[in-house]
Amino acid sequence: MAACSVEELLAKAEQEEAEKLKTISVQKELDLDFDVGNLLACDKNRIESRDFKEQKKEDFLRALARDNTQLLINEIWKLPTERVEEAIVAKLPEPATRLPREKPPPKPKPPTKWEQFAKLKGIQKKKKTNMVWDETAKEWRRRWGYKRANDDTKDWLIEVPQTSDPNEDQFAKRVQAKKERVAKNEFNRLKNIARAQKIKTPGVGLLPRPKQSKDELSRAVSVAKTSTASAGRFQDRLPKEKPPKNAGKRRKFEPLIGDFSSEKQKQLELLKVMDSKRPKLDITKAVNKQMREEDREEAASKKKGRKGGAAGRPKGKGGKGKGGRAGGGKAGGGGKRRGKPGKR
Amino acid sequence: MAHSDGITKPKTRRSKRFLETREPKLLENVKNAMIMKGGNSSQTVTQALKDIYSLKKPSAVLYKKKNITRPFEDSTSLEFFSKKSDCSLFLFGSHNKKRPNNLIFGRLFDFHVLDMIELGVEKFISLSEFKISKCPEGTKPMLVFAGEAFEIDNELKRLKSLLIDFFRGPTVPAVRLAGLEHVLHFTAVDGKIYLRSYRCLLKKSGCRTPRIELEEIGPSLDLVLRRTHLASDDLYKLAHKQPKALKPKKKKNISHDAFGTKFGRVHMQKQDLSKLQTRKMKGLKKRKREVVVEEEQSSEPKVAKTEN
Repeated sequence: MAACSVEELLAKAEQEEAEKLKTISVQKELDLDFDVGNLLACDKNRIESRDFKEQKKEDFLRALARDNTQLLINEIWKLPTERVEEAIVAKLPEPATRLPREKPPPKPKPPTKWEQFAKLKGIQKKKKTNMVWDETAKEWRRRWGYKRANDDTKDWLIEVPQTSDPNEDQFAKRVQAKKERVAKNEFNRLKNIARAQKIKTPGVGLLPRPKQSKDELSRAVSVAKTSTASAGRFQDRLPKEKPPKNAGKRRKFEPLIGDFSSEKQKQLELLKVMDSKRPKLDITKAVNKQMREEDREEAASKKKGRKGGAAGRPKGKGGKGKGGRAGGGKAGGGGKRRGKPGKR
Repeated sequence: MAHSDGITKPKTRRSKRFLETREPKLLENVKNAMIMKGGNSSQTVTQALKDIYSLKKPSAVLYKKKNITRPFEDSTSLEFFSKKSDCSLFLFGSHNKKRPNNLIFGRLFDFHVLDMIELGVEKFISLSEFKISKCPEGTKPMLVFAGEAFEIDNELKRLKSLLIDFFRGPTVPAVRLAGLEHVLHFTAVDGKIYLRSYRCLLKKSGCRTPRIELEEIGPSLDLVLRRTHLASDDLYKLAHKQPKALKPKKKKNISHDAFGTKFGRVHMQKQDLSKLQTRKMKGLKKRKREVVVEEEQSSEPKVAKTEN
């Protein structure tokens, strides 16, 4: 009796379990592929076209969707869960489907000059506080940036050190030093970038640019010419090539104790010139210069006159012409009277 | 400057953050989609674009104006847009006599077109026609692909990967169990692809796992495959390349066999086999050596005689 009842109980329990599971179990020929990380399920079972056409499409699709979703939910419910702020949350694994990236993976940047040195010496980066105590202002200020602590360009009183020139502007000197530091920092930053990207920075010569300017090209040509063993002395010039303008001829100083006779000659000539009453002024040159200047002034006033009125022009020209010659005469006269400091 | 390059540095922190979100990273952001219209588009197409935009919000941009381009012939304008808006997925809708109600799904890698698949909309029921309350915007949908065609046909395989990319949403470490509401179901049957979107209701069942009931909420599209432009194999492989830092470090010398037993290799020094400790058998111990030698000696002369 007891044995029968135990068997009955077991059978009942099994039945109940089966019924419970019936609601969530789905029969499929092939198991689905699950990628729970992406909440993805792939059903590889064949869909019979006959089934599809005989039923109404929507109902068939809905039934299929329900079955597949049930299986996916069963999979998701198997995951470990935890409670986060009154909601039960399931921890998802990593997505298994390989999908293409959006952008290529980042390339590791080569270390900068300082980073290389620090690695070599074993220097670690020390974390510094943002705020520093400023004694003069008696408050906490930033270490760097706007209104920073211990800003020496903002001192209102600077002692002039013993060794420096009393007329030098110490404030300007500090500002200048800061500008130089900033420029040097920027330069080093750009050099680091160029080294990282392996861009060639030329010491002297052309930078790779689509269009070069005329003087850059000519400079490059002259540099190339002079960089021969004989410093360009025996290089032929192209038929239409002009000789370089500022050929870089360095000033030649004569040796201190050399040619005594030539030195004597030079000194005597100098005395002679100083003694003579001849004017030191080259009259024609001075007159030409004056006339050129006056022409320029005329042109400038012409432009102004055009805006104002055309009347002033012919008068101005005539006047200027007479004035020019008179001026020339005057200059000549002034030159002649050079010996005496004359009033004009 | 597309990427700041270091030469021109951003002047504000906000612009610096903006540029940082756009630069290539180890773990990437959610892929944004740009949804745009072509030179001519029908009511169906515009409505379909709007509905897909609402499915993909907030990681999508919908362009209002028409763009007179043909993606299959000239993709430069698409690439320009993707660079400007930092989108790597696109959906281009158009309509003409030859290809009515056309939707082109595509994705880009490094701002160049990777894959483009053209689908024709045969039947479309929009969101507004389903008078049921919808899921909130931004829920991560569950994706289900049904039909063996998605595994067999090469183009459909790519389409499957593209649709997963398009609709999957951000990759999250954990998901709220009560928030699993939205299901997108793709069926490939008879050369057509059916997209249905359902809201799932979790009903009580006897045990812990709930029973699912579905209500159709979203847009329902019947699509047919038209032209495709798939990436070449090496470009596809290049796009899948993961940076080394992401790969989990493999522990050496551990291998598993079919049954799951863990194997490892132990390396020993060279052993002197003569000094090897084995089981001792007292009977085999070497004793009485002299007796054996004598017997041998006595046997020898006999042998010598017979020879003679």
